[in-house]
Amino acid sequence: MIVSKHLLGLAGVRREEISLILQTAQFFKEVLSRPIPKVPTLRGKTVVNLFFENSTRTRISFELAEKRLSADSVSFSASGSSVAKGETLLDTVRNLEAMKIDMIVIRHHASGAPHFLATMIDAGVINAGDGRHEHPTQALLDMMTLLDKFGTLEGLKVAIIGDVAHSRVARSNIHGLRAMGAKVALCGPATLLPRAPREAFGNDIEIFTNVDDAIRWADALNVLRLQLERQASGLLPSIREYANYFGVTRRRLEAAKRDVVIMHPGPINRGVELESDLADSEFSVILDQVTNGVAVRMAVLYLKSGGDLEVANGAA
Amino acid sequence: MSRSIISQPCPHLLLRGARVVDPGAGIDQTLDVLIEDGVIKQVAPQIPAPDNFEMINAAGLVLTPGWFDLHVHFREPGREDEETVLTGCAAALAGGFTGVCPMPNTSPATDKAEIVKSIIAQSRQTMVDVHPIAAATKGREGKEPTEIAELVDAGAVAFSDDGCSVRTAELVRRVMEYAGMYQKPLIEHAEDESLCLKGAMNEGVIATKLGLSGLPTIAEDIIVARDVLIAEYTGGRLHIAHISSKGAIELVRRAKAAGVQVTCEVTPHHFSLSHEAVIGFETNTKMNPPLRSPADVEAVIAGLQDGTIDAIATDHAPHSSEEKNVEYPAAPFGVIGLETAMGLIISRLVLTKKLSLSQAVAKVTVAPRRILNLPPAEIKAGQTANLTVFSIEKKWVVDKTKFYSKSRNTPFDGWQLAGKVFGVYHKGQWWASPDF
Repeated sequence: MIVSKHLLGLAGVRREEISLILQTAQFFKEVLSRPIPKVPTLRGKTVVNLFFENSTRTRISFELAEKRLSADSVSFSASGSSVAKGETLLDTVRNLEAMKIDMIVIRHHASGAPHFLATMIDAGVINAGDGRHEHPTQALLDMMTLLDKFGTLEGLKVAIIGDVAHSRVARSNIHGLRAMGAKVALCGPATLLPRAPREAFGNDIEIFTNVDDAIRWADALNVLRLQLERQASGLLPSIREYANYFGVTRRRLEAAKRDVVIMHPGPINRGVELESDLADSEFSVILDQVTNGVAVRMAVLYLKSGGDLEVANGAA
Repeated sequence: MSRSIISQPCPHLLLRGARVVDPGAGIDQTLDVLIEDGVIKQVAPQIPAPDNFEMINAAGLVLTPGWFDLHVHFREPGREDEETVLTGCAAALAGGFTGVCPMPNTSPATDKAEIVKSIIAQSRQTMVDVHPIAAATKGREGKEPTEIAELVDAGAVAFSDDGCSVRTAELVRRVMEYAGMYQKPLIEHAEDESLCLKGAMNEGVIATKLGLSGLPTIAEDIIVARDVLIAEYTGGRLHIAHISSKGAIELVRRAKAAGVQVTCEVTPHHFSLSHEAVIGFETNTKMNPPLRSPADVEAVIAGLQDGTIDAIATDHAPHSSEEKNVEYPAAPFGVIGLETAMGLIISRLVLTKKLSLSQAVAKVTVAPRRILNLPPAEIKAGQTANLTVFSIEKKWVVDKTKFYSKSRNTPFDGWQLAGKVFGVYHKGQWWASPDF
């Protein structure tokens, strides 16, 4: 079933593989609820977490997943470009590989950086976010959270709201959700929507530039973090205007379906893309996402290192 | 390590039985060409071999005026690790080119007579004619025009800030007016930089999928529109380098119909590849202008067919493997092209019947010399022999390890092509390709 040892993105990944990862994640979520939330599954395997961009929750989530699977793991953080540091990404990773590692989890500011590595080295490569391209484990944990809530993704209407153009979370979600039979809408100011989204992702994608329309349409809202520097680059007139016209608020939610859920990949700009009160409200599944993140990353690390679900169940 | 060209003096030569294609003279027939003291003495069917003449059987081969590339980058001065005038000339000859024009975006920029003279002096020891293009503005900074008259005297054949557009409309006007006194064109890299910040590939569906920042076609179109209007106003001569967008081609088409003195060129990669080649993040697909959409590629072909696009130029842009072997957004723009151009022109344009052989040959012989006001290289008695001999049938596989260029950054490695250089005659010397 798992055909590649890498997880570079969700584009082109089939429904069966996503289902297997999500089922395996459910199993590991159960493991996480045990008194000793740890299995020996990746004992003897070495994973390197290579973070070229600041990250707290994704890095800790991966590190925890690795520890829960009993892998040996080390983490490397470098802010800014590897090139700016004077060493190329390729040299950095070749050095690490010479230390006989099995997998690399990489976050990098350049779209395609994990793909570049995957062509150069033997270790498995897991994309923990590349530029504005993909963030597959985030989308998988989003889907797991939606499955927990709705029981199925088939026909579910998910509106991705905010800076879609620059969002790797949005791209992975679009691919994953569509593969699983969900309907996807993109909503944001025209300056933050990608060019030719229907040609890129599918003619069935809904596009909204009015957030009230998106909220009325959706079963679930995936609210993206607004990079505040978008204003400085001329893509937004002001943060205040963005909050007023595109922020998700309790008043706006009055038009929503009664059981609508709100997701957010974090960290939240409270009061900008999401009203502070809503982030902690009955609609929010944001902390469920964080919990599911560890389980999903355990599943990905396990399956991509050659494991299968039956053996995992047996080992339990 | 690049390879060396080993040519031999060959003042007296009979090239027998080639299909002679000279679009300027309207020739396309099987003929013998007799060369004496480096000058064409006779072109006729079945010339008897005189004593003491070398004879080459060219039956089944095509013989044309020496190919000319009006847009290359040789990186000297400044980045001799990537290409020098000598290695660039070797790559040119291996690709069948006997004349090239290096662009001025060297370091320092080619903005002074001494640099132009030095580049020409370097090239004298090769079989290739090198005609430098000088910077349009000092340091290519878009502030003040260069000393155009002095640069012309030193041997510059055109002016360009290639790598970016001439910054302001005012400067475009002044350079066009001043260079116009010497019948030299302004060669424009059409790109409105304010629309291209941090762009890595063509803006459109593939960039959206890959999450790469876009270089939109309108950035090209806007500069072409601006400069065409200035050329019309001033009566100056404008040449658009590496045209790539459907909109820009249509603007040139309309301007030509209105009598504006505008010409343009396209690269082999822009008629051979679309932005779909970027999927997979291979940095040898990163060039500027970027690989465009399939609709733009179709427009390029149509522009070549109806004559809107006058010339084919390689935009040979060498980069070290260290610079290209990085994540996509960090890689420099540009690919080499001198040694794959003929294969791509023959395979993608001639054998697919998009252009006749004569039309295709005109784009790399007659047209570039005419754009630059250089004398034609005709195949007729009394002319200096300047000839390229090649096969349109011979199939070969691109192997970047065999390039004469110092750099290896090609997106065509491993491609099977037809169209291979057999040999080149120029400056009284014959070079036979060892790879034929």
